Amino acid sequence: MHRVIGERDLDATPFDADDARDLLRDMIRARRFDERAVVLQRRGWMSGYPPFAGQEATQVGAAHALAAEDWLFPTYRSNAMQLARGVPMGDLLAFRRGHPEFTADHDLPIFPQAVPIATQLPHAVGAGMAADHLENDHAILCDFGDGATSEGDFHEAMNFAGVFDAPVVFLCENNGWAISLPRERQTASPTIAQKASAYGFDGTQVDGMDPLAVRSAVEEALETARAGEPVLVESLTYRQGAHTTSDDPSRYRDEGPDLPAWRTRDPIERFVEYLADQAVVDDGFVEDCKEEADDELDDAIATAEAIPEPESGELFAHVYAEPTPELDRQCASLAGED
Amino acid sequence: MSSATATEAESATERLTLVEGVREGLHTEMARDDRVMVLGEDVGKNGGVFRATEGLFEEFGEERVVDTPLAESGIVGSSIGLALSGMKPVAEMQFMGFAYPAFDQLVSHAARLRSRSHGQYTCPMVVRAPYGGGIRAPEHHSESKEAFFVHEPGLKVVVPSTPADAKGLLTAAIRDPDPVVFLEPKLIYRAFREAVPRGSHAVPLGEAAVRREGSDVSVFTWGAMTRPALIAAGNLAEEHGVDCEVVDVRTLSPLDVGTVVASFEKTGRAAVVHEAPKTAGVGAEIATTIQEEALCYQEAPIKRIAGFDAPVPLHALEDYYLPQAVRVQDGILETVGF
Ligand SMILES: Cc1ncc(C[n+]2csc(CCOP(=O)(O)OP(=O)(O)O)c2C)c(N)n1
Ligand SMILES: [Mg+2]
Repeated sequence: MHRVIGERDLDATPFDADDARDLLRDMIRARRFDERAVVLQRRGWMSGYPPFAGQEATQVGAAHALAAEDWLFPTYRSNAMQLARGVPMGDLLAFRRGHPEFTADHDLPIFPQAVPIATQLPHAVGAGMAADHLENDHAILCDFGDGATSEGDFHEAMNFAGVFDAPVVFLCENNGWAISLPRERQTASPTIAQKASAYGFDGTQVDGMDPLAVRSAVEEALETARAGEPVLVESLTYRQGAHTTSDDPSRYRDEGPDLPAWRTRDPIERFVEYLADQAVVDDGFVEDCKEEADDELDDAIATAEAIPEPESGELFAHVYAEPTPELDRQCASLAGED
Repeated sequence: MSSATATEAESATERLTLVEGVREGLHTEMARDDRVMVLGEDVGKNGGVFRATEGLFEEFGEERVVDTPLAESGIVGSSIGLALSGMKPVAEMQFMGFAYPAFDQLVSHAARLRSRSHGQYTCPMVVRAPYGGGIRAPEHHSESKEAFFVHEPGLKVVVPSTPADAKGLLTAAIRDPDPVVFLEPKLIYRAFREAVPRGSHAVPLGEAAVRREGSDVSVFTWGAMTRPALIAAGNLAEEHGVDCEVVDVRTLSPLDVGTVVASFEKTGRAAVVHEAPKTAGVGAEIATTIQEEALCYQEAPIKRIAGFDAPVPLHALEDYYLPQAVRVQDGILETVGF
């Protein structure tokens, strides 16, 4: 299993102090976003939200592994990954206020987040096949949960990737749970990583609470993918909180998790401790990161709030490239123009 | 009514919400017939994300209330195997919008095993799914795609709109010799309570219910739309002296042609209200059936008051999408004023 923290000092990794600080900054930024999002949901400012707390090392580490041209196919809990990739916070908040993503019209290489579980995996493979056809040399990172590995789409995507040598890294965030179902009831495979061998490519496990380990494992996997071999990376992480703001985990998660301490320990605390021991960061740095994140959040909230209530015509605006006559009629009738 | 009768009536019923009616239907049938079992995502310990299976796991155990891996095709496909081997599975799709991975199993197999095997094999099973909009949910949590299933010969499609019907129709569905798709209008899961008979309570499939008698126009509807339809009927009576008959179709397949046609022959005018997209919705089937069976009674075009032919929008636009009482009222007036 890939791991850095507890095994090596930063000096003994390919990363320097700035890389480490960038990772920590984005993890703190993501955590502040997550905490605020839950509060905003509770206040009724936005609708249901799936917190990612506990998964920052995985999501930020993976996002930092991407080269500028690489594509990301996120899932609905990948907001930390999206943030670290440059998606404006305002877009993510707008989505939870019932507006489409992409309000900011960014053109980052990121697909919309997938709500139906595992459906993005075959898309990622197709995007990888297209990269081959078009002789682009970018790779595709596809993110999903442990629950997603049970869907048929997981099998089909893995199989296609193996057969067509698609330049795809499948990143499974094994956070121990799929709503109320614990990982050991999701699949009888001892590991998720081992599933890759059935499809003819490599699978590897990484300490998903260690951003340096995740970054290096995903970087390595992306290199392999660019060279024409897909890779499955199983990141061992933990969902600290509820599945979403509508979920009550006390109904099914009464006894403490049967997981090693590193797996449930807060990844931000753990990384701060590791870096502080090597004098790479201090309390002041952490405080600054929080303040910057809070300022960014205040702006993002204002941006999301300023999005005007959509006109009824928005409903029909993007159904087809050219609206059909029937849609034009329906649009006019809704606007009271018929 | 004597006080003795009142007490008796009281003890014979309990005041339940619609989702509690579902739960009671499951509970009563599981207690009566130990071949009845429930399977789906998060239906066990968690009691279902809407609590429709609350307490069943504790009472009937993990063999009969099965938390499955996250795989809808697996859930419905294995239900088919269970059903044709003598069990009575009630499968839950967590949301209708997540039933599509199971579509192949439903239409290619559940619906056809009887005809394929010359009546040798049958699939007495129920596939339950919360459906419909209005709860300010994320994408794919608000669809009304009943027409997909109505279009498939061999499937029955049932939509309760009251707590007593939720229990009674589900009971009948579980006892039915054929596969039944049971769609639960989640918007009104907890909207109101009513007296529901205790113990065994079956409401026959294939029979519509006249919720309000009237002589001027027939309004055909189902699920969560029965409420705005009844509100509109009340307003129209008060404000315009229009006397609406409101028919809760309840079973969309097989359609209760007798009740639909009899109502239309009485009024000569009709509106169909559904939240699903208008084009090729069940409203089209009802309107055509009326034209085939009762053309000579027709005094006005049959009005479809429906969702638009656009994807169900995120919730900033949802209020425009769903037929509200006002839109229903205007539509009915158009028919009446023709
Ligand atoms: C096809 C499909 N079925 C069911 C759901 C409902 N659902 C949303 S999240 C979830 C659990 C996902 O678990 P996992 O893949 O481990 O991701 P995590 O929630 O842990 O991030 C379920 C069942 C869905 N979104 N899509
Ligand atoms: Mg998970």
